[in-house]
Amino acid sequence: MTRTNVALLVLIAGVAALPLFGGAYALRLGTIACMYAVLALSWNIVGGLAGYPSFATAAFFGFGAYATGVLLGKGAPLAVSVMFSLIASFILAAALGAVLLRLRGHYFAIASLSLVEVLRELVNNATDLTGGGMGLNIPLASGSGILADAMFFFYAMWGLLLATALVVIAVMGSKLGFGLACIRQNENASNMIGLNANLYKSIAFGLSACFVGAAGGVYAAWVHYIDPSDVFDILYSVKPIVMALMGGLGSPFGVVCGAFLYLGLEELVWRNYIQIHSGVLGVLIVMLLLFLPHGLTSLRARMFWGRARHV
Amino acid sequence: MLAVQVLVNALVLGCLYACIAIGFSLVWGVLNVINLIHGSFIVLGAYLAWAAYQWFSIAPWYSLAIAAPLFFGLGYFLQRVVLNRVITAPVLVTLTLTFGLDLILNNAMIYYFKADYRKLTLNPPMGSVSILDVVVPVDRLMATGLALALTGLLYLLLRRSRVGRAIVAVRLDRDAAVLMGVDVKSIYAVAFGLGAALAGCAGVLMSLIFPISPLTSTAFLGKAFVVCVLGGLGSVSGAIAGGLLLALVEGVGSTLFGPAHATTLSFGLLIVFLVLRPQGLVGRKGFE
Repeated sequence: MTRTNVALLVLIAGVAALPLFGGAYALRLGTIACMYAVLALSWNIVGGLAGYPSFATAAFFGFGAYATGVLLGKGAPLAVSVMFSLIASFILAAALGAVLLRLRGHYFAIASLSLVEVLRELVNNATDLTGGGMGLNIPLASGSGILADAMFFFYAMWGLLLATALVVIAVMGSKLGFGLACIRQNENASNMIGLNANLYKSIAFGLSACFVGAAGGVYAAWVHYIDPSDVFDILYSVKPIVMALMGGLGSPFGVVCGAFLYLGLEELVWRNYIQIHSGVLGVLIVMLLLFLPHGLTSLRARMFWGRARHV
Repeated sequence: MLAVQVLVNALVLGCLYACIAIGFSLVWGVLNVINLIHGSFIVLGAYLAWAAYQWFSIAPWYSLAIAAPLFFGLGYFLQRVVLNRVITAPVLVTLTLTFGLDLILNNAMIYYFKADYRKLTLNPPMGSVSILDVVVPVDRLMATGLALALTGLLYLLLRRSRVGRAIVAVRLDRDAAVLMGVDVKSIYAVAFGLGAALAGCAGVLMSLIFPISPLTSTAFLGKAFVVCVLGGLGSVSGAIAGGLLLALVEGVGSTLFGPAHATTLSFGLLIVFLVLRPQGLVGRKGFE
């Protein structure tokens, strides 16, 4: 257990105390914060550790949301539906990954982007099952009052975040994590020394999808109404990348900090400049990539008030 | 007769698709950047044509002459000021950067033009020609002709002009081009400017046929993706082959399964091509 991993767990434990300090608005923000952190941590497995530029987050988010939504509509309990979404996302992603992860660079990016389009169109056209473009109404899960409901979904999303963080920490300390780092640095070389790169990448893709699918499921149950253009929004693919870049690629603690910071900025912009909020997000992305490409965790206090040497 | 009509439609639409994709393909091939702002450039071009017709009653084919230099300048500037700073960075960075630029441009368009769908309607309308039972609208036919002319112009530029040969040289082997005295940075900027100019011109042509709104930019971008992958990267013939194939698949698919499934079909085909034949229809292996 390294120091940053301990910091990560302490941070997550701190978030759990949020209901002590705020009302329904704080709970809503907290739920979204946990959801963003799950998405960013998950993306980090395939994007940060293995170095594959995946834009498929939205695909699995939407898949999980619809899987859970349809199951809840058929009367299944919430826990079972979310669990099913988690496992189904893992299997779907691992199977797709076995094929798509043979592509590299731009080609993989395009393929993962078009995965979102394909799933969205499939859901759009399967009107009997998903309601198509009309969206899907999801029955209320508990119905025991607004605040109790908000509290329940906050802790559901928080539990998911904790599970994701534990899995990510376990992966990073294991042979799998080491193998993924090798793949990022030089895939051909790691293949040469007998690393089964395709298997490793598929597992990583599956792991990066399963918690996203579960988060989509909890989200669907939380908002009670989903439609394809909402849950298959390509922004769900891009936001985790921005969060990870903001915090620092590859470090789970940095990524979660990036997610929380991003949410804070988003909320600020959304509240004050609603008409130009996506433009402001664009400016933020451009500035970040041009001037702080290694994220906030690359900033060191010494850069600002240390004395210059060797000048 | 239906089969012939579907075929003719595909032919007409395919040339337009090629024109949408060719700038995107050029930028991807030469700069190795997936230019996500391409779709918004196309929409901006369409708005330019719409505004020119609405306010100054300039016919869209004359707007091409305004759009080309304007968009070239815009693209050249963007490449020089923003993209050149990260041109050697990994895919993730360049892709996310162009996504950010796209958000800015698209938001600006929604702000100024609103998200309503608009349509440029020629007054008087141009009608349509019918040979036997095959009907083609004249404005669509003209747009196709102009799209082909633009594509041909780019081909000539790349084959014959000095700067065109330099672009091709950079695409083939960057390091060798540097050793031969090619100024790679300015070639990058010229290539990006050309890509933007082609997008703007494609947008002008699109305004004749499709309703426009800032929200349609992702649809155009998606078409550019599919055409590039189907046809093969960075070559004029690849874009034409890809455009025709995509239009044919969409046309036949909509006739057989209904238009709702056309997009699914084209993106499914994209994934199949990526896995089985990433160099595209006419591309050479190991050349991408």
